[in-house]
Formats: sequence, C-alpha cells, structure tokens
Amino acid sequence: MYAQLVKSEGLKSREEMSPQEQAFQDRVDNGEKIEPKDWMPEGYRKTLVRQIGQHAHSEIVGQLPEGNWITRAPTLERKAILLAKVQDEAGHGLYLYSAAETLGVSRDELLDKLHSGKMKYSSIFNYPTLNWADIGAVGWLVDGAAIMNQVPLQRTSYGPYSRAMIRICKEESFHQRQGYAIMMKMAQGTPEQKDMAQDALNRFWFPSLMMFGPSDKDSVHSAQSMAWKIKINTNDELRQKFVNETVPQAKYLGLTVPDEKLEWNEEKQGYDFSEPDWSEFFEVIKGNGPCNRERMDARVKAWEDGEWFRDGLNAYADKAANRRKAASVAAE
Amino acid sequence: MPEVETTADVVANDPIMTDAALRPAFFEWLCRLGDNTLILGHRTSEWCGHGPVLEEDIALANTALDLIGHTQMWLGLAGELEGEGRDADTLAYLRDVMKFRNILLVELPKGDMAVTMMREFLFDAYHHLLLTWLSSNSSSPRVAEIAAKALKEVSYHLDRASDIVVRLGDGTAESHRRMQDALELLWPYTGEMFKADEVDERLSDAGVAPDLAHLRGAWESNARDILEEATLTMPDPAGYAHLGGKQGRHTEHLGFILAEMQFLQRAYPGASW
Repeated sequence: MYAQLVKSEGLKSREEMSPQEQAFQDRVDNGEKIEPKDWMPEGYRKTLVRQIGQHAHSEIVGQLPEGNWITRAPTLERKAILLAKVQDEAGHGLYLYSAAETLGVSRDELLDKLHSGKMKYSSIFNYPTLNWADIGAVGWLVDGAAIMNQVPLQRTSYGPYSRAMIRICKEESFHQRQGYAIMMKMAQGTPEQKDMAQDALNRFWFPSLMMFGPSDKDSVHSAQSMAWKIKINTNDELRQKFVNETVPQAKYLGLTVPDEKLEWNEEKQGYDFSEPDWSEFFEVIKGNGPCNRERMDARVKAWEDGEWFRDGLNAYADKAANRRKAASVAAE
Repeated sequence: MPEVETTADVVANDPIMTDAALRPAFFEWLCRLGDNTLILGHRTSEWCGHGPVLEEDIALANTALDLIGHTQMWLGLAGELEGEGRDADTLAYLRDVMKFRNILLVELPKGDMAVTMMREFLFDAYHHLLLTWLSSNSSSPRVAEIAAKALKEVSYHLDRASDIVVRLGDGTAESHRRMQDALELLWPYTGEMFKADEVDERLSDAGVAPDLAHLRGAWESNARDILEEATLTMPDPAGYAHLGGKQGRHTEHLGFILAEMQFLQRAYPGASW
C-alpha cells in the first residue's frame, strides 16, 4: 500500500450521526459510489485527501529509486521497459492528484505539503536500489504489495478514486510481472547474478512487509475508514495474503526468504512469519531512513529548479490570452 | 503456416543491403543514426523523476523511450548488415568511445530544461527532415520502413519541442535569457548535422540517404521561423562548427555516458539479463 498511518476520524455510532450522515452511510453501505458534488462528511473528505495525496506522492517519489537504474539498465529492452514503467508511475501520480482535486485541494497545495514535510509518502521509497536485481525486487515485491491493497480499493466508495484505481491496477500487474521476469533471469543466471537477486530479496523483504503499516486491529482510524469503504481490508489481512502469495514465488526462484521463523501453518492455511522491526519503520517515517533526505532533496530541487520553467509557460499563456483578446477587440 | 523469414532472406529482399562494396559505409551510417538516438535517449532519460512539472516528466520519459526504440531498430539493422553476429545490444554496450558515431550535439550534458528542450528542437528539426526523406525516397526498403515508423514519433517530438521553445522564448525575461543562452551554447554543434563526409556521400550516391547540404536550407528556414516566433536571435549559420563525432572523435562527456550505460555488460561479460 502506498498510504500508511493515514489519520481518520473517530468512528461514530449510528445514534451519534446526524440524519445527513446516516443517509450518507446508507449509500456507502449499499455500495453506491460517492461523486465529487455529492454531500459528504468533512472527515470523509479530509481522510480521502490525506490518503489519495499520500498515494500520489508515493508514485512520484517512487520514480527516484527506479529512475536510479535507467541509465544503467543492462540491455536496450530492459531500458525501454523500465522507462515505460517509471513513466506509468508518474501517470498514476497524475490520476491521483486529479482525483484529489475533485475534493477541493490543488496539486500545488499537495506538493507544498510534501515539500515541507507535512505530508508523507510510502516508507518503502526511502530504501536504496543498489544492484540491478533491486529493480526486479521493486517490481515483484513493492508493486506486488501495492497491488494487494489497490485491487480491493477498486471498489472504494469514492468514485474518482475507484476509477483511478481501476486504471492503476491494470498497469501495476504488468509492473509486477516485469519485476518477476527480471528476478527469474537473475536467479537463473550466473552465480553473481543469483547473489544480486538474493541480496535484493534480503534487503526488500521486511521493508515490503512494512508497506502495509503496523497492525491496525485496535485502531479507531481504521475502523472509520473501513466503515466509509476507503479502506477495505485490515493491514494484517493484506500482509498475510502477501506473504502467502510471495513465499511460493521466492521458492520457485530458488531464493531464500530472510526469515528463520517462516513456516507453513496448516491450521490457518497460511504462513507464520516474523514481524518486521517496527522501530525501524517508525524511524523511516520520522525521516531517518537510508534515503529520506536524498529523496526529499531531489523532489524539492526538481520543483525549485523548475520554477522559471513553469513561470515562463504561465507568462506565455497570459500573453497569448491577451493577444487573442486584443485581436477580437480589434476585429469588432 | 506463414513462412519464417530468416535474416539472410531479409537482407536478400533489400538489394542495397547485399551490395558488398557499400557495406562498410552503410554500416557506419546506420551506426550514426542509432548512436544519435541512443545517446540523446540517454541524456533525455536522465530527467526521469527530476522534471519541472509532472507532465514534463512524463513527456521526457516518453521521448527517451521512443529514442531507445529507434536505437533498437537502427543498430539492429546495422548488426544484421554487418553479418558478424553483433546485435543492437552488442553494438550499444560493447563499443568504446572511438567506435561511437553520434554527433557531438547529443552527448553534451543535459543542462537545464532550456538546454534540454533547445537541443531537442534543433535535433528534432533535422531528424524530422531526415526521416521524412528516408521514408519516402530511400533506395533501401529496410531503411525506409524504419524511418516511417520513427517518423510518427519524431513528428510529435518536433511539435512539442517547437511549442516549448516558442513559449519559453516568449515567456518571462528569465526564460527568454535561458533559451537564448542555450541556443548560443548549442548552435556551434548543429553544423555537424549537415557536414557530409565520404560516408554520407557514398550513401547519398547510392540513393539510400539524402544529400545533407540539401536538408540544410529547409532546416534553417524552419529554425528561423520558430526562433523568430520565440523572439530569440538566431546565431550566424555560417559560424564555427564543432565536428568529429561522426568519425569517432568525441567530447570528454561520451566516455562517462558509456561508463555508466555499459557498466553491467562490462562488469559481468556474457551474462544474460
């Protein structure tokens, strides 16, 4: 998931709701889509802005660790595929910022909040991509984990978000397959390539599990978001599903998942596995991950260096509008 | 069942490609096309994630992707023509600086968006004319076919680059200054596009490629129109021109591009990716 620790409002019981809120909740419960002009509780709007905004930021910050290998991709075909993939991620950012705009917040406002540290992006993008297999691991594990959450979100209650998710999921499943294809080549390649593949899995396994966020079984935020259908499954459910699907894929590659406690549990029909180190997760969220500083510096620099460019285009657009106006006045 | 066309058949279907006397020059010429798109694609891809606005990030990645696609076709054909078992990847990843045949213009650092977009415009205007000629006039059907495919994308590149040059040239005082500076920096590297050497002449004589001097007039007139609309001052077309890239004498920048691009192929020879 590209949104973690999204703050929601406390869950209201039906008796505490106003008649308008009750009617709104009924629509959500009936599976109706909420559209931008419909009435919605302020908490619903705010939570969605936080969640969609964080997701959008994750898509654009996520360009950086993968973009890191475009100029070093080992073949022309791999280079082309990676370019296409990273371009897709930027496109996802666009859909999501547009979905957020329907809730009354502009892309520039959201970017300001990202640049000033008031909004976050997924913790996973604060980890470095150190060898070529990392590009495989990002597609396989990171996009794989994102898909776990995004597939159910296609059914989310907010119409524009749901429609963005439908488009995004189509592309993400291609991304995951291309990641796995890289891992297959590496795992079946030379001993050095296999080492790279194992190294990538070792480094990305626990950070991928952290993507789902800490256990939320007692969280009131989660309960409200689930009632509003802007969160569909609990973090733990999704993490378990991810582990269950990913472990056999790692075995097929001949790679070892770096968890000594990993074991099939017949009774629950799923794997038992170690919790990630949540203290590391909270440090990364606080800004102390290996790449937090570089990622933010890169985004802020891109934005600041681009100011003259954006100003130039705006100035031209104003001049062109004035010229059109003058021409139409002259024609009258 | 459709008949499987072998590499030998494909070459045989293009009489120009079987002309042994022309082959060395033809190979050089195809490498020039493929190396231009490869190196410009590399420079363009350096923007990924760092563009001034999301739409530009997407457009730059898309342009780089197109150029890498063209590289696969041109260098693929070069390898096929050479007939020594080298494919597009071998040519891209296992030649050293002195074997690269791109013009100097495309290997210069990406600079700011003014340099990047001005270079794209100056190159695209040439690239568009070249591909237009090749797609309808080349005596080599294989060359014409690739040119026709690439032309669709390059038409879009030229439209976009021209539009941005006009907008930034006629935008703010700062954007105007940056565009004029970029134009002056890059202009001395444009002459190489039209400076024919023996390879160009042989290809032109064989009807595969145009007479470069011929393209120059149309290029200058297109550049003049756009630069004028952009309120920029066109430097002297007869001014000094930096040459050498097409013959393998490059700037210091290309070595670093290759060190980065070729790292994995060089560090792990023979591995499959």
